[in-house]
Amino acid sequence: MATLTRDEAQALIQEVLEAYPDKAKKDRAKHLAVNDPSVEQSKKCIISNRKSQPGVMTIRGCAYAGSKGVVWGPIKDMVHISHGPVGCGAYSRAGRRNYYVGHTGVNVFGTMNFTSDFQEKDIVFGGDKKLEKLIDEINTLFPLVKGISVQSECPIGLIGDDIEAVSKKKGKELNKPIVPVRCEGFRGVSQSLGHHIANDAIRDWVIGNRDGDTTFEAGPYDVAVIGDYNIGGDAWASRILLEEMGLRVVAQWSGDGTLSEMELTPKVKLNLIHCYRSMNYISRFMEEKYGIPWMEYNFFGPTKIAESLRKIAAFFDETIQANAEQVIAKYQAEYEAIIAKYRPRLEGKKVMLYVGGLRPRHVVGAYEDLGMEVVGTGYEFAHNDDYDRTMKEMGEATLLYDDVTGYEFEEFVKKVKPDLIGSGIKEKYIFQKMGVPFRQMHSWDYSGPYHGYDGFAIFARDMDMTVNNPCWSQLQAPWLKSAASA
Amino acid sequence: MPNVMIRKNDAGDLLFYVAKKDMEETISSVETDTPETWGGEVVLTDGSRWYIDPISPPPSFPTTLRFKRGDE
Repeated sequence: MATLTRDEAQALIQEVLEAYPDKAKKDRAKHLAVNDPSVEQSKKCIISNRKSQPGVMTIRGCAYAGSKGVVWGPIKDMVHISHGPVGCGAYSRAGRRNYYVGHTGVNVFGTMNFTSDFQEKDIVFGGDKKLEKLIDEINTLFPLVKGISVQSECPIGLIGDDIEAVSKKKGKELNKPIVPVRCEGFRGVSQSLGHHIANDAIRDWVIGNRDGDTTFEAGPYDVAVIGDYNIGGDAWASRILLEEMGLRVVAQWSGDGTLSEMELTPKVKLNLIHCYRSMNYISRFMEEKYGIPWMEYNFFGPTKIAESLRKIAAFFDETIQANAEQVIAKYQAEYEAIIAKYRPRLEGKKVMLYVGGLRPRHVVGAYEDLGMEVVGTGYEFAHNDDYDRTMKEMGEATLLYDDVTGYEFEEFVKKVKPDLIGSGIKEKYIFQKMGVPFRQMHSWDYSGPYHGYDGFAIFARDMDMTVNNPCWSQLQAPWLKSAASA
Repeated sequence: MPNVMIRKNDAGDLLFYVAKKDMEETISSVETDTPETWGGEVVLTDGSRWYIDPISPPPSFPTTLRFKRGDE
């Protein structure tokens, strides 16, 4: 099927909405739109960051997921206590594949789960004493821990525990930063508020810690990589490009990052943001307080990488600018060979995306480098400013769906018939059973990295491996096959 | 009376950002914008009006200021 025209896309949205009762239809209609790249302000055609409708299947997470899972979790030399009942921490443990180096359980704690395991008596009598005991225990068992964060689960907010007081008291006693994070899961409509709360906690408890410390020798080419969670090694693939340019990466936020890196970030010259949605708050704060400029960059696919490297270099002097050109030239043969190999196999294939808060627009360039076309995209928890940025990236009359429901996404796929879907684990098996090639774009389907030139090679291979896999034609049950095709 | 963060974008225009409302708009005009004072009524590109008592000397951007809605 050819790409949809504007009218067809509008008709498709109307058709899908027909299934809802009137009230739900009215609400959902605001979240679905046909893209028009000339629109400057997304709020005129799409509404985002609103509460999901009861009764629909949404794919969103909670504030705790946004804080512990995304922002704080990857900081490797801190212990992140899942404060509350045991489940939230246990089920979210090590699922995000934020790679790091170090000896787990000795000086880094990334894949471990620490929880206060609330019981009935803790809910009734309060859990502050238990938290104190837990912090002491952590410090005894893991003396190399650099700091502790207390990630609240829902009951903490409901019973009114004073985790701030405990954190302050214990922080003084142990002389280590102990950060209370009020990221109870019921706050906000999605994990997005969790990111914001986590950013605010970093602002209040971490950022200013070394303001008076002049022992760190700042250089003219210091940068911080912000909002790269090192999924499958992404941050490492990005970091080498920046270092080859002659920049010094002082901090990685927060994939493979450490507490002291975060404390040193106010001393850098430029903040580079990859995931705008989850870390723009802290970048804005650092711009205001320390005068550090920030810029968004995109390391998916050679076109965007070259664009971003030049944009980054423009902040620095001519040496860096010349180096940026050298880096691009150095990898040119490599990425051209990849495109030459995979583009003929992927040319013209259509992709539908539905991911979190950054990839629905960031990976578009990488697909285009491979000759593929993104015909629909949507975010779980984006805000208006994300859609402002998305609408320019996407082609005319492509579908935009905010907080798409399970039903809508299935119907869109049935009608648009994409050759590939990029989304998360909850969507994966539905679409694979429908016979549609699928890649998980949250965790790179246990592959990666996808950032940088090295990542692009893996990205191209993975897309080819999925789209051109012979299994997709074998999915029909034998008794459903017609006599002719059997 | 929301807290508004004002910063310059790449093109040099002033951006009006309200974190709570998740709103980021370009400022199209400021009533008083002289080397001595900055403030008064501020009009955004989406047509909304906001008010701040003129500040003197002008603040250095980026900074966070408290604005009133223009129609109040």
